[in-house]
Amino acid sequence: MADTGEGKKEEADYKRLHSFPLIRHTDMPEEMRVEAMELCVTACEKYATNNESAAKMIKETMDKKFGSSWHVVIGEGFGFEITHEVKNLLYMFFGGSLAVCVWKCS
Amino acid sequence: MPPKVPYKSQKSQGGQIGPAVKPVQSRTAKSISKKRDEDASTEVGEGADEWTPSKTLLKPPDQLELTEAELKEEVTRILTANNPHAPQNIVRYSFRERAYKPISYVDQLAIHFSLDGNLLLRDSDEGRRQSARVCLEPELAPVESTVIEVEEAEVKEEGSKEDIPAVSTEEAAEGEEPPPPLLKEQKLTNQFNFCERASQTLNNPVRERECQMEPPPRATFSATANQWEIYDAYVVELQKLEKSKEKEKQKPQVSKKEDKQRGRKLTSLESQSDDVSKVTKAAKIVERMVNQNTFDDIAQDFKYFEDPADEYRDQEGTLLPLWKFQYDKAKRLAVTAICWNPKYKDLFAVGHGSYDFMKQSRGMLLLYTMKNPTFPEYIFSSESGIMCLDIHNDHPYLLVVGFYDGNVAIYNLKKSHSQPGYKSSAKSGKHTDPVWQVKWQKDDLDNNLNFFSISSDGRIVSWTLVKNELVHSDVIKLSVEGTTMEGPEGLQLQTIGCGTSFDFHKKIDYLFLVGTEEGKIYKCSKSYSSQFLDIFDAHHMAVDAVSWNPYHMKVFISCSSDWTVKIWDHTIKTPMFVFDLNSAVGDVAWAPYSSTIFAAVTTDGKAHVFDLSINKYEAICNQPVVAKKKNKITHIQFNPIYPIIIIGDDRGHVTCLKLSPNLRKMPKEKKGQEIQKGPEVEIAKLDKLLNLVREPANKPAK
Repeated sequence: MADTGEGKKEEADYKRLHSFPLIRHTDMPEEMRVEAMELCVTACEKYATNNESAAKMIKETMDKKFGSSWHVVIGEGFGFEITHEVKNLLYMFFGGSLAVCVWKCS
Repeated sequence: MPPKVPYKSQKSQGGQIGPAVKPVQSRTAKSISKKRDEDASTEVGEGADEWTPSKTLLKPPDQLELTEAELKEEVTRILTANNPHAPQNIVRYSFRERAYKPISYVDQLAIHFSLDGNLLLRDSDEGRRQSARVCLEPELAPVESTVIEVEEAEVKEEGSKEDIPAVSTEEAAEGEEPPPPLLKEQKLTNQFNFCERASQTLNNPVRERECQMEPPPRATFSATANQWEIYDAYVVELQKLEKSKEKEKQKPQVSKKEDKQRGRKLTSLESQSDDVSKVTKAAKIVERMVNQNTFDDIAQDFKYFEDPADEYRDQEGTLLPLWKFQYDKAKRLAVTAICWNPKYKDLFAVGHGSYDFMKQSRGMLLLYTMKNPTFPEYIFSSESGIMCLDIHNDHPYLLVVGFYDGNVAIYNLKKSHSQPGYKSSAKSGKHTDPVWQVKWQKDDLDNNLNFFSISSDGRIVSWTLVKNELVHSDVIKLSVEGTTMEGPEGLQLQTIGCGTSFDFHKKIDYLFLVGTEEGKIYKCSKSYSSQFLDIFDAHHMAVDAVSWNPYHMKVFISCSSDWTVKIWDHTIKTPMFVFDLNSAVGDVAWAPYSSTIFAAVTTDGKAHVFDLSINKYEAICNQPVVAKKKNKITHIQFNPIYPIIIIGDDRGHVTCLKLSPNLRKMPKEKKGQEIQKGPEVEIAKLDKLLNLVREPANKPAK
């Protein structure tokens, strides 16, 4: 029982602690990075259950703000190899279980 | 216009009312061609300018309707050469017959319209030539061309008509002789004021330009996202965060203090840098006050101390050391020139450089004031060593400086630049060897500043400052030619020509003396550039300084590294006095207050002060003035007012010394009687002495 209690506590802790956006890799300039990160957070929170919609929202907003063509991948587990334009890549984790990869390549 | 005449025939008849010959001719030719190719011309005309709407004729409503037969009927009309409007009864007064006489001649010519056509008669020479030119083309071509020409002519005609709105009927009729297409009328318009014109604007030409830009750089990136990776990343990040938090907890107390300190420092620094310029003057005053306190005893000595021991000494005097001037950055640089400022008696300039050929480095120009012995008033540094300098008499802020590299430059103390205001260059005739002496001259006729310089390259150059530019002109070249004039001795003197010093006569403007490295002294004139007025075989080694006596116009002094100081009368070739000082003499200077007193400095560190009126054979003061014996004294200068001298040595120190009463005394007996006649007394005093020497010298010569 104690174990499970501790486990639950840990899980809660884990969820609480690991909810912040963690940028894993990016080569964006400062302003763009902040904006893109906030956008990803908003999208993932808005469409917590639908990665597709979140990705769509991120992509469209990025297209508007920084010109086409942006690509977005959101998921809990995936491997990828992409070609991106330099200074236009953001790979971040969010919410403890989501990985978001945003890049531009036209 | 006769209404009965149908359109076609009217054409052939042209100007009916007046016998206008010219238009008739051209028109007939035109109409002939038109009739011939009526059909062709309709087509061609249309084809040629489809965009021009065809002309339509307006029939007057009262025009007779004629049948075809009537139209084809030939109507004969006889043209007369009479102008119906011409007056028939002109009467003029004839002076010959003294009566009014009718004039028989009447001018029948009336021109209603004239136009120089651009048509050619086919039969004319020009026409044939043209048709021959185009004969290569199909037969129809010439025909076409004529038709087109006709139409062009008509267009022109109309253009001219447009300008004149009031068109006479005749002209209108003529304008109405358009090409046959008019027969196919479609629209009725007023022929008199209707006019259609068309034009085509230029189409902008189309150009193609291409360029290709480099595609934006790309990179590839790959990663795997799965739960454990994400988890690990978060854990690592959290650990980092915790660590940094701990550090921050430790830091803040310390850093706060630091910040405060920094803030203080910053504010103090800022305030300093802001106010430095405002405070300069005050700071300077305070600095001088502090110095005055520090060196109070010296200042007292300078002003009031008179060595009481002099009373008990017979003739000899002493030198009392006062301030010592030195500057860290000029420590290793020998004093190569010193000069008092003529206006500010406490200010003097010191040139630093090196006399050692092997150890040449930078140079430095410092200006000290006696009010602040610790730090120079002005500091200028230069790349090359300074060898000599002079301050302008009328503009005490202008310093001319001669460098070891042969350049001369003018520094302006008024300007805060660290660089000279004007400087010679290799282009503008700089010396090729060290400049040994420079001297300001009076402004020339155009009021330009000018100075002279002498160098061991044998040139004496006059520099003039013309419109911010240094212009040079060689006054004298101490050349081989000048020396060969000497005759047999010249052979030995082939290499001479190295001037080391010069001095200009105080009164005689053109006269000056030049001392050379070979020990000769030349008496020169500014007006003779190739000849010397006189040559003195003065010394066995380089002449270090020559100087005219400030009172006596004939006397000058010279010193040399051959240990001797000699006094000369410039009219006599042998020296008046010779003094051997047992060491190379670096500099010699006349006292400004007496004609018989002078001081010399030797490289063994001693200063020698002579008063000829007291002792003709020995110095009345012979005193080592530098601390270490190795120090060589290089220069000496009397202050023009105070009884002090400044002495420079080769370690960069300048020492100020006070002359004891014995060294500057006027005989006490004379004080009451003749003190006012200063200059004359001085001259007489020296003359007396010279006479003593001269007579025995002259007698044996005779």
